[in-house]
Amino acid sequence: MLKNGPVALLFHTLVVGFVLAPLVVICLVAFTPENTLSMPWRGLSLRWFRAIFDHPDFVISFQNSLLLGLLSATLSVAIAVPAGLAIDRYSFPGRDAINALFLSPLIIPHLVLGVAFLRLFALLGATGDFSWLVASHVIVVTPYVLRLVLAALNGLDRSVEAAALTLGASPFTVFTRITAPLILPGISGGWLLAFINSFDELTMSIFVTSPQTVTLPVRMYMYATESIDPMMAAVSALMIAMTAAAMVVLDRIFGLDKILVGQR
Amino acid sequence: MGFLALQSLTKRYGDFSAVQDLDLSVGKGEFVSLLGPSGCGKTTTLQMIAGLVEPTSGKIMLDGRDLTHEKPNKRGLGIVFQSYALFPHLSVAENVAFGLEMRKVNRAARDARVKDVLALVRLTGMEDRYPRALSGGQRQRVAVARALVIAPPVLLLDEPLSNLDAKLREEMQFELSRIQRSTGTTTIMVTHDQAEALSISDRVVVMEAGRMTQVDAPYRLYENPATAFISSFVGKMNRLDGVWRQGGADIRGVQLPCAPSEMSENTPTTFAIRPEKIALCATGSGQIDGTITNAFFLGDAWLLHVETAAGMVAVSMPNRGEEPARAGMAVGLSWPPFALRAEGPAERPS
Amino acid sequence: MTTNRVTPWLLVAPGAVLFLGLVLVPLVLTGVLSLHGYNHTTGIQPDFTLAHYRAVLSDDYYLGIFWRTFRIAALTTLICALIGAPEAYILSRMRDPWRSVFLLVIIGPLLVSVVVRAFGWSMLLGSSGLVNQAMQALGLPSTRLLYTETAIVIALVHVMLPFMAIPVWTSLQKLDPAVEAAALTLGASPFTALRRVVMPQVTMGMLSGSLIVFGLSASAFAIPGLLGGRRLKMAATLVYDEYMHELNWPLGATIALLVLIANLVIMLAYNRAVEARARRTLG
Ligand SMILES: Nc1ncnc2c1ncn2[C@@H]1O[C@H](COP(=O)(O)OP(=O)(O)OP(=O)(O)O)[C@@H](O)[C@H]1O
Ligand SMILES: [Mg+2]
Repeated sequence: MLKNGPVALLFHTLVVGFVLAPLVVICLVAFTPENTLSMPWRGLSLRWFRAIFDHPDFVISFQNSLLLGLLSATLSVAIAVPAGLAIDRYSFPGRDAINALFLSPLIIPHLVLGVAFLRLFALLGATGDFSWLVASHVIVVTPYVLRLVLAALNGLDRSVEAAALTLGASPFTVFTRITAPLILPGISGGWLLAFINSFDELTMSIFVTSPQTVTLPVRMYMYATESIDPMMAAVSALMIAMTAAAMVVLDRIFGLDKILVGQR
Repeated sequence: MGFLALQSLTKRYGDFSAVQDLDLSVGKGEFVSLLGPSGCGKTTTLQMIAGLVEPTSGKIMLDGRDLTHEKPNKRGLGIVFQSYALFPHLSVAENVAFGLEMRKVNRAARDARVKDVLALVRLTGMEDRYPRALSGGQRQRVAVARALVIAPPVLLLDEPLSNLDAKLREEMQFELSRIQRSTGTTTIMVTHDQAEALSISDRVVVMEAGRMTQVDAPYRLYENPATAFISSFVGKMNRLDGVWRQGGADIRGVQLPCAPSEMSENTPTTFAIRPEKIALCATGSGQIDGTITNAFFLGDAWLLHVETAAGMVAVSMPNRGEEPARAGMAVGLSWPPFALRAEGPAERPS
Repeated sequence: MTTNRVTPWLLVAPGAVLFLGLVLVPLVLTGVLSLHGYNHTTGIQPDFTLAHYRAVLSDDYYLGIFWRTFRIAALTTLICALIGAPEAYILSRMRDPWRSVFLLVIIGPLLVSVVVRAFGWSMLLGSSGLVNQAMQALGLPSTRLLYTETAIVIALVHVMLPFMAIPVWTSLQKLDPAVEAAALTLGASPFTALRRVVMPQVTMGMLSGSLIVFGLSASAFAIPGLLGGRRLKMAATLVYDEYMHELNWPLGATIALLVLIANLVIMLAYNRAVEARARRTLG
């Protein structure tokens, strides 16, 4: 095994410091007892966490984002699993085109998607409608799920399914008893990744949310452009904590590096 | 007609024939090996029998029933895949019970059958292990148990031993043979290892480029290979080019006795003799004299390279505990008169 | 296997319908919208015109913003490559558990909302932020960092670093560690081993990482929105303003489509170049 030299380790320390600095600062400032954004030099306080609950709009936005994330992640799994099976298992005319269509939201900037959805919803008279917001998030997060489902199907030994078939299982039983359990890590990793991406999405959502359906990132963005007080830090710290928890789960079930490879 | 019959079974991928006009009849309880080099269509044949590959034409009959268009899950055959294809998320017992579960066998009967078959493959006590916690040989036995537990009329094995190391492979050959004999299951095994095919099967089917070229009992296949390919693929063979003359061999001017053949006088001919049929003797007392150029010790045997007037000849001798000869020694070679055979016309005249 | 014509279509149908309706249709509608005229008092006009495209592509104000967007995205890409590639290499030479821990540290922030990270940087770079305090403590003059291009680039590098580190990391994973050691035993100096054995792999990862980083930086919204202030606009914030403040949707749609087209063109051209290079290096 080759070792890193001292210069490499110094470089590494600086990079890690750079990556963690803003997150650490947020988590520290969130506990400040002062009225301004400042380090908690003079003791820790939870006052800004409590302050969140005096802002019902934040609480509502949090609920919106949570529901949005749950629904869009679940729906995207419902779309991506059958689509992944078709794309992996069958060759049919238009297969590549369909695959490209499903993955296209990855190469269209969210800004453009937001503008495009806004136009469609405006023409449909559906601006600010929650179900259309869910649909727009499904579009954005499905590619992540599809990619993980395809990777899982790809890594599956096809002879295992053939074995089940020859032992007398019907194709449907083969799917429920063999295929589905074996690609479950891919599906659940995809679901969680979809949830996180939906929960964090800002650039597209800012175009298509209405005052009633504002999501948490949009609310935070609006709030931060107008006034900045330590409550922003408290909300941010909570989001960091949530993400860290999700990250640990993701890492356990699938390996974070595998999930995030090529994600954008 | 046999228990399992393949009738002009053919599989084409586009213009390419993976299997061409295969006719084979397997008797009940028989152990048949499909032997051939990589890509000759063995797996394709097996998968057509299993129903995983649809034949382009031809028929598959089992005990008088036409299986050709039956779905694989309705055929009820037992299959052991080359990769074993164990269900990684199920324990050994659950793997083995899967086929019974599909047949809606009740729990008590199922457990009893699983227990019996695991005892048969000597895996008692491993019921709750998962495949990843098993050794290669144990996995292979789970795969066999899973295929056998449904009491299939035919057991299909696709290179079941190719993933094992040499020693374990030999052990498992005898194990497979024992299990097959104790259950009496008609078995077709694919292999590209000729020693394996010879040692455990009742009959060997040799395939070359999608076609069946010989079907015979191992002993007859070894002694009378039908084609030059088989003679070099199965076992070791000395091959010497010469001319058929006066009812015997004339190799570079040396006259040697030879088994009778249909060759006409003066035809350029390839003659063949197995290394183990040749014995060393005093110079002048055998069919031909020569000088040992190399002596290789193989453990159970010696392999000697002898330079003779007829060409280089390999001689194999069992190890009897002493060094039989050294490089540089002059020796005589003798063999039973009919051990040298005319294999066919020589590719190029000598 | 039996071939089945209907099953695959049934499986993809629900998703395909949704994606056709919600990806293709809105994009086409936006294209049509960008061709409509606009009047500040009466709104979107029914007539068709190329006026918006002409305006955007000739007006110095818009061209200036495009140029800034390009400049910032390019600089971000360069810095990410300079930091991300060596860091991925260092990570790949670490032992577990450090390796997995630091991999998580480097790519994990990807999952933290961009708003949160932008906010963190605005605290660090603000006039009374930690960076300024540190500079003052060192006796350096206080400088205005927030609402400058520097601030945008710093935060963008922070957000984009994982997108550079991941592809380099994966291409390094494909490299057998014994190969580098073998080069050393054959008498190569550590530097030569690095240049001849590791660099070709790293470069492939860096090239694909650069494409992602550039594309995402060029259409970034939250970072310029929060760290650039009202004055320092980039393409995405410009579109947002046209939509939300000027209410000139056709013009906003025009700019958004130009961003999309530029993105796709760069992506295709770049992919072609990278593929040509891959063919050359990998034989
Ligand atoms: N789906 C397919 N499409 C086209 N050609 C195929 C397909 N499946 C197999 N073949 C070809 O058919 C021939 C026979 O394949 P098969 O798998 O039966 O070989 P095999 O005798 O089992 O070889 P091995 O010993 O390597 O397993 C090969 O040349 C292979 O390339
Ligand atoms: Mg095979």
